[in-house]
Amino acid sequence: MAFLEVTDLAKSYGARDVLSGVNFTMEEGEFVSIVGASASGKTTFLKIVSGLVPATRGQVTMGGAAVTDFSPQAAIVFQNYSLLPWLSALENVRLAVEAAFPQYSRTQQNEQSEKYLKMVGLGGAISKKPSQLSGGMRQRVAIARAFAVEPRVMFLDEPFGALDALTRATLQQELARMCSQAARPVTALMITNNVDEAILLSDRILALGRGPAASLSPAVPVNLAKPRAADLLMHDDQAIRIRNRLAEFLTAGAESRKSLSRAAASALSKTVPLEA
Amino acid sequence: MKKRLGNFALALVGVALVGALWAITSATIAPDLPSPLKTWEESKIYVMQPWEKRGEMDQGILRMASYSLWRVAKGFLLAILIGTPLGFILGASNLFYKMFDPTIQVLRPISPLAWLPLGLILFRQSEPAALFTIALCSMWPTVINTMQGVRAIPQDYHNVAKVLRLSPWRRLTKIWIPATLPFMFSGYRLSLGLAWLVIVAAEMLTGTPGVGGFLWQEYNSLIYSHILLCILTIGIVGFALDRLMGVAEARLRAA
Ligand SMILES: Nc1ncnc2c1ncn2[C@@H]1O[C@H](COP(=O)(O)OP(=O)(O)O)[C@@H](O)[C@H]1O
Ligand SMILES: [Mg+2]
Repeated sequence: MAFLEVTDLAKSYGARDVLSGVNFTMEEGEFVSIVGASASGKTTFLKIVSGLVPATRGQVTMGGAAVTDFSPQAAIVFQNYSLLPWLSALENVRLAVEAAFPQYSRTQQNEQSEKYLKMVGLGGAISKKPSQLSGGMRQRVAIARAFAVEPRVMFLDEPFGALDALTRATLQQELARMCSQAARPVTALMITNNVDEAILLSDRILALGRGPAASLSPAVPVNLAKPRAADLLMHDDQAIRIRNRLAEFLTAGAESRKSLSRAAASALSKTVPLEA
Repeated sequence: MKKRLGNFALALVGVALVGALWAITSATIAPDLPSPLKTWEESKIYVMQPWEKRGEMDQGILRMASYSLWRVAKGFLLAILIGTPLGFILGASNLFYKMFDPTIQVLRPISPLAWLPLGLILFRQSEPAALFTIALCSMWPTVINTMQGVRAIPQDYHNVAKVLRLSPWRRLTKIWIPATLPFMFSGYRLSLGLAWLVIVAAEMLTGTPGVGGFLWQEYNSLIYSHILLCILTIGIVGFALDRLMGVAEARLRAA
């Protein structure tokens, strides 16, 4: 049995089918990415797998046990950072550390929090409120908060989605480094809308088709040695093949659903799509 | 700066115009209404010696206002001490909301004039009856705003609490209270305004010293200019209180 197993998962919001017939497995220590267009149900999938949102049908198991709540061994980086605006960067991270390591002294909790803020390059801004930080810095705080609890499983929802290319590249390398540096193997499931980002970081990549009722493509393995360099991947044969393969999955979904989506268009036009 | 000065000048013009209207009204259609000048002449002693105490009901206007303010402060404190937790409970629990919302909607529009006799019966003394009335009448904006604030906490913050596995106490202090604070403060501001509105009624009926009590006594003694003095005082103090809360609210939002 795989470490993480998703069997015949479906999710509807009212009459709206977001996911349907989703199957997925993942081994411990793997880094897997899911790519997909916006509003295809990526966030929904991650929230169900992590236990934040219940599925309509199907089942999710982690380590053999059914997932009914967010696991104490997991951490998540939300798509919109979800930092608490009334707390400083340090306090945001420490809030997570305090709950994860209640046995630590106050000093140890502070050290742990500062260590991870330094690791993402935020040592100098730890007393700033999120509103005083740039988007990239907020994202770093969110990543530090997730890593500071030393999770076994890491869920990442478009962690670099809102960033400029340069910051994005820096943070991608930092994420790769943090995953490989961690004391024990980190199992990571990352959502992204950027295929190159997925190739850079993952062991396997799956594409989530277009909604409504989206499902996952077969996994595409990435057998490239880590650490990887983004500029080399641009011309690597295997990387190019993977990119084409995923592009096929992503557009095939769109082609076969064109007639269907036209029929559904009238129904869907009444619903305003949320970027959740 | 220049703009603010201009606005202040305009406000002064407004005051002068209303004063003129008052003077004309008292000179023409309402002979019982004391003119601004007469009001000033007869009230001077209360304003010029604002802290003087000549008798139980014959005291300087600031001293009177301070009695009322103190009473309002106690009633208001009582209102928010009860209203805030009540709002939290109603906002957090759908069960409680469904159970108590209709009752609250019925209690909310009841006038202080209706509560006060009940307070007098219950407490047999004017002071606690006044506090009871102020608290009961001014509590509702705090309850309702706090409740709405709790309901408006974004799902994202609830998810954060879940993911970080915060204890119920930390959930309250690190997420619920800070997220609700701006709503709570809008409620407090409205509540304080209501509490000040109620003070006159409470003091009138209980005959306790204060601006409201003084107003009622002077009405009974047919000294109408003092009624106007009290009205002006009530308005100015109420305005100052609201401004003060406004500043506190702005500070809070900026923080
Ligand atoms: N809480 C919700 N209630 C209703 N509809 C939702 C909710 N969350 C997401 N959706 C809908 O589900 C679809 C997929 O959303 P989401 O999972 O956020 O997509 P993605 O993350 O791929 O952009 C969207 O059309 C969105 O409008
Ligand atoms: Mg999303």
